[in-house]
This record gives sequence, C-alpha cells and structure tokens, in this order.
Amino acid sequence: MVSFMLNGAQVQADPKWNLLEAVQFYGINIPTLCHDEGLTPYGVCRMCVVEVGDQNRTKLVASCMHPITEGLNVRTHSSRVIKTRKMILELLIARCPSSKKLQDMAAMLELKQVRFDPLNEDCILCGLCVRMCEEQMVAKAIGYAGRGTDRYITTPFDMTSDECRKCGACMYICPVCELRCQGPQASTTLCSGCINTEPVCAPDYGEAMCFMVPCLSCVKKPEDVK
Amino acid sequence: MKLSSEKELEDLRNEIISGRDPNKLCIAVCGGTGCHAGGCSNVAQEIRTELDSKNLADKVDIRITGCHGFCERGPIVIVYPEGIFYQKVIPRDIKEIIASTIENGKIIDRLLYHDPVSGEKKIRVEDITFYQKQNRLILENNTRVDPAQIKDYLAINGYSALAKVLGKMTPEIVIDMVKSSGLRGRGGGGFPTGRKWESTRIAEGDVKYVICNADEGDPGAFMDRSILEGNPHSVLEGMIIGAYAIGSNEGHIYVRNEYPLAVSNISTAIKQAREFGILGDDILGSGFGFDVKVNRGGGAFVCGESTALMASLEGKPGEPRAKYIHTSEKGLWDKPSNLNNVETWANVPMIINKGSKWYSGIGTESSKGTKVFSLVGKINNTGLVEVSMGMTLREIIFDIGGGIPGGKSFKAVQTGGPSGGCIPESLIDMAVDYDRLMEAGSMMGSGGMIVMDEETCMVDLAKYFTNFLQEESCGKCVPCREGLRRMGDILKDITEGKGSMEDILLIEDLAGMLKDASLCGLGMTASNPVMSTLKYFKDEYLAHIIDHRCPAGVCRELITYGIDADNCTGCGMCKKNCPPGAISGERKETHVLDTGKCIKCGICYDVCKFKAVRKE
Ligand SMILES: Cc1cc2nc3c(=O)[nH]c(=O)nc-3n(C[C@H](O)[C@H](O)[C@H](O)COP(=O)(O)O)c2cc1C
Ligand code: SF4
Ligand code: SF4
Ligand code: FES
Repeated sequence: MVSFMLNGAQVQADPKWNLLEAVQFYGINIPTLCHDEGLTPYGVCRMCVVEVGDQNRTKLVASCMHPITEGLNVRTHSSRVIKTRKMILELLIARCPSSKKLQDMAAMLELKQVRFDPLNEDCILCGLCVRMCEEQMVAKAIGYAGRGTDRYITTPFDMTSDECRKCGACMYICPVCELRCQGPQASTTLCSGCINTEPVCAPDYGEAMCFMVPCLSCVKKPEDVK
Repeated sequence: MKLSSEKELEDLRNEIISGRDPNKLCIAVCGGTGCHAGGCSNVAQEIRTELDSKNLADKVDIRITGCHGFCERGPIVIVYPEGIFYQKVIPRDIKEIIASTIENGKIIDRLLYHDPVSGEKKIRVEDITFYQKQNRLILENNTRVDPAQIKDYLAINGYSALAKVLGKMTPEIVIDMVKSSGLRGRGGGGFPTGRKWESTRIAEGDVKYVICNADEGDPGAFMDRSILEGNPHSVLEGMIIGAYAIGSNEGHIYVRNEYPLAVSNISTAIKQAREFGILGDDILGSGFGFDVKVNRGGGAFVCGESTALMASLEGKPGEPRAKYIHTSEKGLWDKPSNLNNVETWANVPMIINKGSKWYSGIGTESSKGTKVFSLVGKINNTGLVEVSMGMTLREIIFDIGGGIPGGKSFKAVQTGGPSGGCIPESLIDMAVDYDRLMEAGSMMGSGGMIVMDEETCMVDLAKYFTNFLQEESCGKCVPCREGLRRMGDILKDITEGKGSMEDILLIEDLAGMLKDASLCGLGMTASNPVMSTLKYFKDEYLAHIIDHRCPAGVCRELITYGIDADNCTGCGMCKKNCPPGAISGERKETHVLDTGKCIKCGICYDVCKFKAVRKE
C-alpha cells in the first residue's frame, strides 16, 4: 500500500491502481470521457485532470494515466482543475453539441456558455471504440486516420473492413452516438434541459424514501415528500 | 582495418598527421546543404578539372567540408593554409582562383567579403565580424573535416575522448564528469544531460537504448542538420561514450528523411567507424560493444517529441503518450532509453577531452557551454552562429547578424521555434540562456532565431505559428486539437478586423488550458507565440480589434491602398503592373486608384519609385 494526500486527507491505495481508480475508490467523482474500466487508459480527453504537487510547484495531470506515488499531494477539485475541465468541455460541446452525455456533463459542471461556433461533428475522438474493438472484441477493425484537426476514426483505407463482425460494440461504448440530445439545439447549444426536468434518482430508487429536501433535480415538490 | 587498442588508434592518428603537410595548399569547398543549393558541387568539379589540367593535383588538396554557417554568402571556398575566404563563388571563378591565388598567391578582391557596415573587405575567416564574436567549439570542426573521411576526424584528435573513456574511466566517472560540466539538453527542455544518463543507468533492465534526436522540425532551423552533415563522427563519438556510461549496446539515430545529405553522411560515418573497430563488438579492444542504426522519419514536427519519436521508431504512428513514467525507465519497446539531441551528443567528446571545469567556465550560472542558433528572417547575415551562453541578443543580432537590412528597425525576435515566444526590442540586452528566455515567455528550444523588422505584424505572426502548430498537432488529445483550432480561428478573426475584446479573454483561457492540460510538450507550449505577442504587443492586438487597423500594414483585410497626389509623377508604373486594372490616369498626370477594384496585392506599392502609393 502507498499513502498519499487526497484533498487534504491522508489515504492509502494499492500501488497497482492508477490515480483515477484510487480517487474513485474514495467516492470522489471525477468526470471522464475516454476512460472505461475494461479498457487500457488512453489519456486524451483530459477531463480527468487533477492537481498534484505542493504549494507553488503544482501541475495538472491526467489521473487516468498517473501512477500513485508515496506522499503525492492530490487535489481533485481545485479552482484550476475546475476551470480547465470546463474549458475542455466547452470545446467538446462546440464540436459535438448533440451529445446528451456532454450536455449532461455540462449541467453537472455548471458550464453556462459555449463561446465557439458549433461544428456538429459526431465524434469526440475519445478512442473508446478503437480500444473496445481491439481489446475486447479482438477484431482491430477500426483505427485513426489523419492528423491534427483532420483526425478521424475509420476502417483501413476507408473501405468496408473484413475484420468487422458488425457486433456493434463500438456504438455501444461511444459517448456521443449512445444517446442523442433531443433538445431544441438552441444557438447557445447549452440548455441543461434533461438534468433539470428529469428526476435523476427516480428510475434507480423507485419508491425509496428520500431525505433530500429540497432536491434540486426532483420533480416532486418538498410537500410531496412525506 | 580494425583497431583493437587505444595504442593502435594513436599510432594510426600519428601516421595520418605526419603524412599531412600543414603548409600544403588546400582548397576547401563548403558542401553544406545551403551551398549545395548554390551549386557548390559544380564548383568542386570545376576545381578538380582545373587542377588536373594544370597538373596541380598532387600539389593542391581539395576538401569538401560541412556547413560553414555563413550560408547567406555561399558557395564558400577557403584557400588554406592562408585561410583566404572567398564567397559567392561560381564555377566561372575557378580558373582565376587557381591562376591567381594558388599559382601566384594573389588575392582576388572581387570574391572577398565586404563588410556591409564598414564597407571594408575582409580576407580571412577570422577577420569577418560574423565569425569574430562567435565561439565555434562545435561548428569550427565542420570546416576542418571532410565528413566522408574518418581519417580527417582522426587527424583533428577525433575518438581520443572515446579512447580515454574506454581505457581509463568507469561509467560512473563519465557521468559525474558530464554532470559537473553543467551540460543541458540542446533539444528544447534543457534537462541536465548527466542526470538523464544517470537515471537511465540506474533504471532496471538489461537492454537499454541510446537515441539521437535529429528530427529537427522547426521551420527555419538547421543546426542539427549541419552538425550531422558536417561532422557526423562527433555525434557518433558522443553516443558511444553515452552508451558506455549508461550501459547500452544499441543506439538509434532518428533523422528526418528530408535531410538526404545528413542521412548519407551519418550512414557513411557509421560504416567507416565499424570498419575501424570503433563501432561493433569489442570497441578498441575494450570488451564494450555498441552499434547504431539510422532510422528515417517521415518529417512530422511532433515526432521530435521524445515519446512520439520512440513510437515512430517502434513502427507505430508518431503520437506522444503520457510521460508520468519516464522514458529513462520505460522508453523504446518499454526498455530504459536515453534520448538526446544531436548537438547535445556533439558536446560530449569535448567535455571528456578538455574537462568539466573548462566546460563549465563557459556560459552563465545556469547554462554552460555554447549554443548553435540558426539566425534567419530580417537580418543581414543569415546563417548558423555558435556563441557562448549568456551573450546578449543585441550582440547576436547586430554584431554577428549585422543588423536589419534596408535601414529598417528591429522589432522583435522569435526564439525557440514555433512554440517559442517573441522577445521585443525592450529586452534586446537580455543575456541568452535557458532561464532568461523562459522568464521572458519564450524558450531556448532547439535554437531557432527569427528576426523581425518593423514591417512584421505581431498578430499575423502569432496566427502563422498557431496555424503551423495546429497542422502539426497529432490530434490525439482534446486541448491541443480543439484548443489550437479555436485559437487559430480567433486570431484569423482579429486579423480580419472581426475580433472583439472578449476574444482576448478567450485567448487567455485557451492558453491556460493548453499549458495545463495538453498531453505533450507541443500543446503545452503552443500558446507561447500568442501569449508573448499579447504580452509585449497588446497595443497591436487592440489596434486590430478596436480601430480595425493593422499598424504594420500586413493584414490585408485591414489596409487600403491609395495614391498620393503630391508624390505621383504620373510615370504609369503602377498602372502597368496592377493585375485587376484598378489604377487609371494619363501619362505625367496624377493617377487614381479605385479601391473597389483593388485586390490589395501590394504590387503598386512595391513598384512605385516615388513613394506615392500609400498603405494605411
Ligand atoms: C513538439 C516537440 C518537438 C520536438 N522536436 C525536437 C527536435 O526536433 N529535436 C530535438 O532534439 N528535440 C525535440 N524536442 C525535444 C525532445 O522531446 C527531447 O526533449 C530532446 O530531444 C531531449 O534531448 P536533450 O535532452 O538532449 O535536449 C521536441 C519536443 C516537442 C514537445
Ligand atoms: S466514435 Fe464515439 S467512441 Fe469512437 S472515438 Fe468517436 S466519440 Fe469516442
Ligand atoms: S498536445 Fe497535441 S501533439 Fe501532443 S498529444 Fe496532444 S494533440 Fe498530440
Ligand atoms: S479520462 Fe483521463 S484523459 Fe480521458
């Protein structure tokens, strides 16, 4: 076991874990987009950044790739971290405004505005599908092409691939095609609609007793809650 | 001939030196890429033909050397032993050089270098101001050897450092020596070389690699190319010493394929070193074995980044990966690997030979030794310069570089390549070393120096570098890919007069995120050009945004051309040259420019001899 500082608390973790796993183990939520438990970390969305280091010698690192070292001082929600995550998300929503996952994440991070023209792309290049196809489906049917802003996901030579078994695992794992935002696509591209009108707890907890009064995401009014 | 001991090496060296007459006439022709483009191979051919026809071939040697640095004046020919410096030589000059200088010892005035400032003519290399203030520890040897001849390198004491290391020093002592010399990496980050070697040495693993980074993707930079072309053995010698210190038996040189001469010269050098027992098993009979492979890269800027370079060496796409576990522990094929830049390697033999004390006596507190810069842009003497660390920008630009051409004034200098920063006139007396440059918001990078005059628009410049980086970004991580795309868009808007004050805030937010969250050094440093110009030339940004005006008169959307009635003589030059026919007027009468038809090509402005065309 190694011990490290997590938001000011001394905690311990298995050195085989990465920082994200350890932070999640302690119940702290860090937004991620390119990470999946069953796949090799890729470290490209940079949503999972956390601040490490002491006093004025700190830096941001991608927690999904970072090892845990003895005495590491980690802050998961410092103002620098939050600002960076919001900026990244703003860029991603500008790229793919119709992703429900991104829209929900924006509501959670309280991202209020997108200052760029929407591109209406269908892919954030998180690479989950590529790793899913290669590591879990063992097909290696898709990969990357192009460089920089021209990068995209495709089959070899952009042709129908014999390796592809049409299993659909890539679509299953994709954070963008998974669920389309059904909102009005306002010019601001941010409406926080779903997260404010749907009782996020309802499907999970049914009739269970709720002590959250008032609950910001609940359609029930405080007086309905007995 | 395989040398199997230090003694055999020394015997061979003595044999080579004693077989050479230092007073024999020798014509050295610069064979660097710059002079190649100027036609030096025809010059060399002409010299051979002429010497043959006059039966002088035995009396006069001819040597094709590496780059002399003064590419602006190429092709360069130097006549030894006197060291007479002839510039801009063409094949037609050769007959005269041989007849006058070689046969009669007469100097040809017309081929000498005339100092643009004093107007004096300079006869010898050491008289030329371009060279006088330099400290050419590395580049000097470029002019003294034929890179295709290992014997030339041996004649200037080559591989003596290697022999010393293998014969008398333990790896730990070598590392200590490099550490105390204060040598820092010349490829960009300036990481202490000795410490890097040490961590690779102590990393666990029986297979370790040493790698030479000759990717050099910065526009306008060519120092690594010229070292590899001009003196490849010095890089090899450094690598073998490093490999011995680290405990590695296999090396790689990653050189871009666009450098055919460098590829060919280093390959020849490797072949010759193997023949002489300097590479391979049991080097100089010491029991230590090491060999080197040359790998050619496809020329992506990002492949100069250490992890991308290693991925490319493994045959994978050249994309960086997280470096939270250092490459000194897990690098190429997950084995401990030590990567250094060409120039870093070339410094090593010198340190071993002359000692770390001597080396650390050169330079500043934090930066030791010399640095090669490629001085380009709006400057009189374009070329490669090597100076001691700590020289001021003023000395480099005005004394060595000869100042700004055309009587224009100096505005700023971009150091550190595309992801470096712009340093303004007010900081021109700054001493150049790793830390001062960082403080000024720029960096040493690999040593590019692009000089700009008053006619450069700083917003346009930031846009140019941002677009370059956007195109060269691998596109793997979000901050760099999406951030640079938007940064480029914003700068484009500003240069077209469509910017707003919020854009400045957005630039700052994007820059902060790029620096903090990017995966590799490309993204982390990509905001330097914008942030440094914004810091030192904010008024120019504001002029574009608020007044819709480009003070330097560069941004097309923001300038208009017009004709000044007072100065116009009615010569008709502008009218004749205007592509869309936007200018009208009778001969000897004031001409008129129709701004509606004008496509802002600027041709009229350039051709008017009477300064009657206004740009505003
Ligand atoms: C985008 C990028 C491009 C780079 N290009 C080069 C290059 O062309 N040549 C080079 O030597 N180092 C380059 N570097 C620096 C290398 O990553 C590495 O730090 C260096 O080669 C280490 O050698 P040194 O310690 O001798 O400087 C680059 C770094 C980045 C982030
Ligand atoms: S298609 Fe979906 S899963 Fe694949 S990279 Fe794009 S966003 Fe990620
Ligand atoms: S910072 Fe840029 S170049 Fe580096 S990994 Fe990210 S996208 Fe690629
Ligand atoms: S989850 Fe770590 S970078 Fe995407």
